Amino acid sequence: MKVHIAVQEAPFDAAAEQARLCAGDPNIGAVASFVGLVRGHNRVEGQEAEVSTLTLEHYPGMTEKALGRIVDAAAERWPLQGVTVIHRVGELRLGEPIVLVLAASAHRQAAFEACQFIMDILKTEAPFWKKERLPDGSERWVDARESDGEAAARWLR
Amino acid sequence: MIQVRYFARLRDQLGTAAETLDDHPSTLGELAERLAARGEAWAEAFAGPVLMAVNHEMAGPDTVLHDGDEVGFFPPVTGG
Repeated sequence: MKVHIAVQEAPFDAAAEQARLCAGDPNIGAVASFVGLVRGHNRVEGQEAEVSTLTLEHYPGMTEKALGRIVDAAAERWPLQGVTVIHRVGELRLGEPIVLVLAASAHRQAAFEACQFIMDILKTEAPFWKKERLPDGSERWVDARESDGEAAARWLR
Repeated sequence: MIQVRYFARLRDQLGTAAETLDDHPSTLGELAERLAARGEAWAEAFAGPVLMAVNHEMAGPDTVLHDGDEVGFFPPVTGG
């Protein structure tokens, strides 16, 4: 299986990454992709608040290892030909891409499910943290969401 | 000797990103308790949900610490 994992400040090119993942592998018949973006609003203490920038922090070394383990877990569950996970860190503006997951397989079901599995587990296990800056200049760390824990837990049932 | 690293909100609360401890208790849970007893800011930071890692792997309080280990403390993750 072809695996590409990267934690980087630079933007990514989803089309180029897909071409790279699939190059030279005639067994790939389906690629599911997910791109997460910086959303312009979030709930802050129960109220909708606008977000101007996000700063993403990670645990160098551990994060890459955790992503590798998540990809390995996906490969045990589905027949995958390749997986790409690119997660950005540093300061990101409204609308910018944060994360790319590509899952390639012979058929669509494995690709769809593996892509969703990788994102769901990444949200609860990969050591990344978001800090939001609001238009008034104040900053706050984003709290973990209960719904993310539930989304990850359903794969373990 | 062990290396201890703090991330995100926890680092901000403690005002420190990393430190080296010359002597350490035998388990990760005991280390967390010892750090939480350092003062008000430490007690407050460790009162919330804190995840722990040893040598880049998630670890529980019973994990035995060894000389040269890298320990990480951090809040629940919010990537993606």
